[in-house]
Amino acid sequence: MTLAYYPGCSLKGTSREFEESFLAVTRALRIEMTEIDDWSCCGASSAHPISRDLGVALPARNLALAAEQGADEVVAPCAACYNRLATAQHELGADADLAARMPGILGHSLPPALHIHNVVDLLAAYAPRIEELVAARVDPPLLAGLRVAAYYGCLLVRPNEVTGFDDAEQPATMETVISAAGASPVAWNMAVECCGGAFSISRTQSVVRLGRRIVADARAHGAQAIAVACPLCHTNLDLRQAAMTARGEEPLPALFITDLVGLAIGLSPGELGLARHFVDTEPLLASLAAEAEATATAAAAQESS
Amino acid sequence: MTNQSGAMSRSDAVVRLLAETRSAAARCYQCGKCSAGCPMVSEMTLPPHDIMRLTAHGRFAEVLSADSLWLCLTCETCSERCPTGTDPAAIIDALREAAVLDGRREVPRSIAAFHRSFLDQVRLTGRLYEAGFFAEYKLRSRALLDDIGNAPGLVRRGKLHPLPHRLHGIGEVRAIFERCGVRASDLSGAGHAPAADDAGGAPGGGDPGGGAEGGHA
Ligand code: SF4
Ligand code: SF4
Repeated sequence: MTLAYYPGCSLKGTSREFEESFLAVTRALRIEMTEIDDWSCCGASSAHPISRDLGVALPARNLALAAEQGADEVVAPCAACYNRLATAQHELGADADLAARMPGILGHSLPPALHIHNVVDLLAAYAPRIEELVAARVDPPLLAGLRVAAYYGCLLVRPNEVTGFDDAEQPATMETVISAAGASPVAWNMAVECCGGAFSISRTQSVVRLGRRIVADARAHGAQAIAVACPLCHTNLDLRQAAMTARGEEPLPALFITDLVGLAIGLSPGELGLARHFVDTEPLLASLAAEAEATATAAAAQESS
Repeated sequence: MTNQSGAMSRSDAVVRLLAETRSAAARCYQCGKCSAGCPMVSEMTLPPHDIMRLTAHGRFAEVLSADSLWLCLTCETCSERCPTGTDPAAIIDALREAAVLDGRREVPRSIAAFHRSFLDQVRLTGRLYEAGFFAEYKLRSRALLDDIGNAPGLVRRGKLHPLPHRLHGIGEVRAIFERCGVRASDLSGAGHAPAADDAGGAPGGGDPGGGAEGGHA
């Protein structure tokens, strides 16, 4: 297999720490991939409501480039890009008229079907290697006992017919990755509820209303952090969290799934870009380090007695 | 809707889109499950099952002017759960496309400004140039004084690039926009008064005003 990497616009800008974290983790897991040369925007949430053709053509250009550059698989860590790439490929397969006019629109011939990955299914395939790397560390396991709410949102799981990823109502792949990293996924109710997506800027009040329910439910089920796999979800739950949190309430860090894996296998917060998050991750990191330290001391005491 | 030769006029495209959505919406038996799970239903005047009903009955004047169309997040919850295989998310997308082709103006201003600014930046540079997007969005939404995306916080964290990336295939991207019949002027006159825009914020939201700032740090 030859894996192409489609970063998308967010990972090069306002969510650059997701790219830092994704690249650091894939490097550590020895996942080989090449960034698609001259990739362009997938149109995200603004092309498809204006024109179905544009909503398919913008992602299809990138699939065509990936295939021309020799790839048969693509990973798009941004869930919105992932969804648009998968939707374009699905619609081109299902609608012969659309497929017939697309080469004329693109100026490229239609690519063969590629295997399109999101970051969660990619990491889940490497779960054994993550476990190995966690076990091989000399330091005590950093994430042991950390309670995490796995938040999928919309774009990874819906429409399931298009993404073919996990179960639309009760997915479990992210939990597999969280467990491989040594942390504990919590059972909660908001895993596939919408965070308000692209309304972060144009209709912030909706995002605050929806995000507040997600953060509150995670907290009520004992989570100490929320794991996400989408820059839009992350912006809404991280940058916008201040507006959702009542006075005196501790904010709940929203971490990319790659952040958790990275910390578990020994990458530094700096390599993962954690300081770029709006919700301060320092208190959580400090308490995890203190707990790991205490476990190590207790184990040493037991050994010597 | 378009083809690259531009053979179909915009009004023909609207007629065709509406005929297609009408027959697609005819599968709906009005159980209301789509609206029950819709994250935006509390802010919509026409909930998704009503949009399906009016569309199936061909009452397009009511549907195309509904700002509810533009409040849909394409979260796909409705389409995933619909027991009849009606695809409300796709039908709403097609209705929005028809509304734009038809030159409708009833799009909430901030949402029209968002889509327009987003697509302008992509057409201009091939990727979403975020600094340009923030500037253009401010002008178009007339939210000149709001700190829309907490820009200072973004700059402090090194997240806002001052200059756009240069794409070699920019000509290809611009040609794609043109062949899809998407014009720079689409949505340009759209956007109704902010008062109506804001009306949706309050239900169940508690303190929606706090959302406009968003940043702490
Ligand atoms: S869930 Fe489907 S059948 Fe039921 S009202 Fe909605 S569109 Fe109609
Ligand atoms: S896709 Fe749109 S209409 Fe359907 S549930 Fe989501 S927001 Fe509501």
